Parts: sequence; C-alpha cells; structure tokens
Amino acid sequence: MARMNYAEAACAALEAAMRADPQVVVVGEDVGRGGIFGQYRGLQQAFGAQRVIDTPISEATIMGAAVGMALAGLKPVVEMRVVDFALCAIDELVNQAAKARYMFGGQGRVGMVARLPNGLWAGSAAQHSQSLEAWFAHIPGLVVVAPATPQDNCSLLAASLACGDPVVYLEHKELWGLEGDVAPAQTATLGEAEIVRAGSDVTVVTWSRTRHAALEAATLVEKEGVSLEVIDLRTLWPWDRDAVLASAERTGRVLIAHEAVQVAGFGAEIAATLAEASGARVRRLGAPRIPVGYSQPLEDESRITPQAIAAACVELRRARPAQR
Amino acid sequence: MHETPDAERALALYRTMARIRAFEDAAEEASKGGVAAFGASLAAAKVRGPLHLSTGQEAVAAGVCAHLGKSDLLTSTHRGHGHTIAKGARLDRMMCELFGRAPGYNGGKGGSMHIADFSVGMLGANGVVAAGIPIAVGAAHALRARGAQNVVACFFGDGAINRGPFLEGLNWAAVRKLPILFVCEDNRWAATTASEATTAGAGALARAEAIGVPGVQVDGNDVFAVWEAAGRLIAEVRASGPRLLHAITYRVKGHVSVDVAAYRDAAKHDKELQRDPLVLAAQRIADDDRLEAIGREARAEVAAALAAAHAAPWPAKESAYSDVQDTGAGRWRG
Repeated sequence: MARMNYAEAACAALEAAMRADPQVVVVGEDVGRGGIFGQYRGLQQAFGAQRVIDTPISEATIMGAAVGMALAGLKPVVEMRVVDFALCAIDELVNQAAKARYMFGGQGRVGMVARLPNGLWAGSAAQHSQSLEAWFAHIPGLVVVAPATPQDNCSLLAASLACGDPVVYLEHKELWGLEGDVAPAQTATLGEAEIVRAGSDVTVVTWSRTRHAALEAATLVEKEGVSLEVIDLRTLWPWDRDAVLASAERTGRVLIAHEAVQVAGFGAEIAATLAEASGARVRRLGAPRIPVGYSQPLEDESRITPQAIAAACVELRRARPAQR
Repeated sequence: MHETPDAERALALYRTMARIRAFEDAAEEASKGGVAAFGASLAAAKVRGPLHLSTGQEAVAAGVCAHLGKSDLLTSTHRGHGHTIAKGARLDRMMCELFGRAPGYNGGKGGSMHIADFSVGMLGANGVVAAGIPIAVGAAHALRARGAQNVVACFFGDGAINRGPFLEGLNWAAVRKLPILFVCEDNRWAATTASEATTAGAGALARAEAIGVPGVQVDGNDVFAVWEAAGRLIAEVRASGPRLLHAITYRVKGHVSVDVAAYRDAAKHDKELQRDPLVLAAQRIADDDRLEAIGREARAEVAAALAAAHAAPWPAKESAYSDVQDTGAGRWRG
C-alpha cells in the first residue's frame, strides 16, 4: 500500500505493464515530458523514445497510428490530452479501432487503451469541459471505463491494458491530484461496479468524479434521516446491470447522477433498463443541455453538486416506494 | 537509364494485371442490381452494395506489390481488390467475401470495401478516404519496434490528398523516418468530381515534397515504369525513410460499378481507354502466345473462384455476434 494521487496511480499501472510486456507503447502529445497532467512521468526516461512516442498535434493520426500499431502486434496506449480533442480522431476511434476486428472477420484486433480525460475542467469553457461517455458507450466494439479513485485508476488501467479490446479510458480532468491509498497489485474486473456506501432508502448510481459528490450528498441527507446507497459503476460498457438491479430491489428508488448533459446521457440507458426490469422509482440528474460556460456562475450551472444530489434524493425519498 | 524487368518478371507483372482484370470483370458482372444509387435500382445480385472497381489501374498494384513480400505490410482504399490480389491473396476466398459467404477472408463481415488478408500482410481495404494513412504510420512503428527491415506500402487515391490525414501522416512519417512507401494512385476522379476541379496546387507529389517526403511521378498505366520507380523508391525507403510514388492512372469504370459515369466527356474517355495498361504491357512483351495463355489461366482461375463462391455456405447468423469485443460479449441489448 502506498499513498499516491490519481495521476501517479495510473503511471504506476502503466509502468508495470510496460515492464512486463515490451509490446506496450505510449503514443501522443507531450508524453515524453510526462504528459500535461503528469500521468506519464518518468516513463520515457525508463523506456526510451521509441516506446514513449512524442507526436505532432495530429489527433487523427495518433489514434489511427494506434490502430495500425495494434493490427501489427503492439499494444498502444493513446494520449488524447482531453476527450474534447478526441473528436478530431473520431473516425479513427469509431470507424477504425472499434470496427477493425469485426469487419476484417477477426483477422486482426485492436487491443489499445485510449486515454481521453473527461468532464468539467474549471475555467476551461466549452471545448475543454465535456463529458462524452455516452457517445462511446453507444459504439459496438468499444469498452468504456471511468475510474474515480487512485486505486481504481491503477487497477482499471491494468485491466484495460490486459483485456485486448479497444478501451476508451475516461480519467476525470479534475481528479489528477486526488490522493488515496493504492495497492498496486490489487486487481479489478471490467464491468464490475463498487458499492461505495451501503444504504436503504435511495440508490445513487454514478461514476467518475460524481462518485465523490454522491458520497458528500449521503452525509448531507443522513442528517435528515435518509440513507443513500452509492454505486460507482467504474465501467460504463459493459456496465454492472446486476449490481444496479439488486440495489434497486433493496431500496426501490434510484437516482442516476452524472456530469454529462442529461439528455441522451448514459443515465438514460440505465433508467430505461430499470424501467424494463425493475419496479423502482427512477430519477436522473445530469447537466442541462447547454455548453459549459467560462465564467464561474455560468460554469456552475453545469456542475452536479452534492447539494443537488441530496435534494434530488430527498425528493425521491418522499415518493412512495414502487410496488414490488 | 531505367532498369527494365527481365522477360520472366515482365510476364509475372502481366499475369498479376490479368488476374486483377479478370477478377474485376467478374465482380462487376456479379454486382449488377446490387446497389440502389446513380439511378440504378436494387435487384437480386450476388455482390451487394457499393463495388469500387480498379479496372484500368492494375499496373499500379502490380508494379508496386511485385517488390513486396508477405512480411511487408499494405494498407489500401475502398478500391482495393487489385492491391489485395497483387499482395498475394487467393481469388476464391476474395470472391467468397464479395458474395458474403462464410469462407470469405472476412467471414462475410466486410465485403469488397473491407477486403483483407492479414496472412499476406494486407491490412485491409477501408471505406473511409485517407484512413489507411494513419494506420500505415502505426504499422511502420510496429515494424520498427520488432527490428524488422520490412516496409509498409500505403495506397490512397487522389481524393485522399485533400483530407487531413494525408498531411498528418506524411509529416509524422517524415519526422520519424518511417519505412513507408506512400502510393498516390491518381485516377483523376474523386467519386464523381474531377480531382483537378477540387485540388489546388500541383498535386500529390508537390505536397509530399513540401512536407519533406521525396518521390517521383510515374505513368501509372505503364507497369514497367511503375515497377522500376517503386523498386528504386522502396530501396530508398529502407535506407532513409518515407517516399511517395505518384502514379497517374485512369479509372475506367464509374465510382461504383452501377455508376455509368455519364458525367465524363465521351471523347476524352475514349482516348483514355486507348491506354489500357494490359494492352500497353502486351505491346512491350510481344509474346502473344504466352500472354493469351496467361489471360486464359486468369479467367479460368476467376471462373473457379466464382463457382466456389456460388457453392459456398452463408455465414451462420450467430457469427454476427463474434469478433465484436471480448469484454462484455453477450451484452447485445443492454
């Protein structure tokens, strides 16, 4: 067990993978300097410029080259700086990485991890603050992972590197400095949620940074006698349907909270599943369908706060539990 | 001045072109009624969907790929049958793929636009213009990582030089001195628009040179000229990094097989047809008996491929669900 922040934890997992497997390479902008968030610190010094490859600002070719590397036997880790920039590489991710194995009939496959830091980034405005997980969850072929803690950023990155599928790996832009205890050898299974807090009245299903807001909300509503169960999905595709349905069965009320725009967000998929497969009362809490504004009061309109989660849960608690 | 291929090599180049031509002719016939576009309506066809024929462009594929072994890699375009054949794929398995049958290279999941044979280093045709360029960059990194002396041949059309990945990929390859031969197969038509109407400046080679990728322009209908230039450039690629071969050729057919390309000037078109690469090569080889025999063999091979494709089983429905992804396999509806 070691004390690490979120960036260091990922770096530790990547370093271990690179030591164990010479096919693992890193490709992207500024990785030689350690990446703009320090998530590659020391790796080029340890493994050389042929394995930690600094690239031009050519997102399409960074992602497309990773596809070619993977088809020819390497295991690339793609650095995209922020998820917003990955939109310059959407053909390479969606039409190439996600499709190659299938459309070539299994002759090749694209084992790669594309790191697309996701979510609000204070003061960074509309083109650096998006949460696009639903886009990727919609695409057959892709795995979508969203770690919320240093431990998960170590364990889930290791699992993503090992899985052999193209993984969209969504670290949160505002979690890099988050510290925690990390057991580097601890494993995680893609598709397995974590019940972060057990409770009896309302289940909050969430992921990424909103996990922490949900935990704060649980403390806030506890004073009002409302008990929250908090589930961090950790992986959005495949998501842990069983864990969510089992919790919904226990509490009868589910709030899905995420930082992405609520309309057609991934919460809609979970809500639809709950509607089809449980009798639970369901609410969603996501951002309004507006671009993220620069100025603090404008940006705040897009933030999902513990207070907002608490209020939604209290309101949901007042509703009668669904018939079971 | 220029090296010319010996008699056996010349015949081998002709044979590759004859096999491509025979394959394209048969595929075209089998695709009639296969797609609703360009005024054509959908009917029962053995080859469904858009079929992009490389008829008339055979010399580029044959001349370049004659220098490649199975361990060299190739990325292709939506018009990729010729590259696939020249790289060493089997015609029967290719035809099965076009027919959507189980023994096809892709198990019926790809068809013409995604034809691939990884066993001979052919990393796939691609439905997106210029998409093979970044993939070639990555494949070249992989070759370098394993210390191989092989090269990547990256084919794209004249339309691709107006897409961003052309700039990105050539720049990156030049900076990293990657072992890639970029081949601009310039058939002068970008879908149904003449490239000259949408392309500024002096074209592919001038742009490549501006980025620092040297190259040569060649008559892409002269298979011997292509062979000679490609050989020289590939030697340079191995020694010092990427090169570009700008091969000027002509798209004999429409954008897809059902496109009669009435938008082209008839007199100009007829003039271009006089420069058929097989005819030009035959005139140079001047051995009618052997060339006729090669043509016969090619057509017989394609006839057998057609028969195999007609007889081949369809893919099982279950295979629609294989090779999607391992993580979460089985979760098809949530």
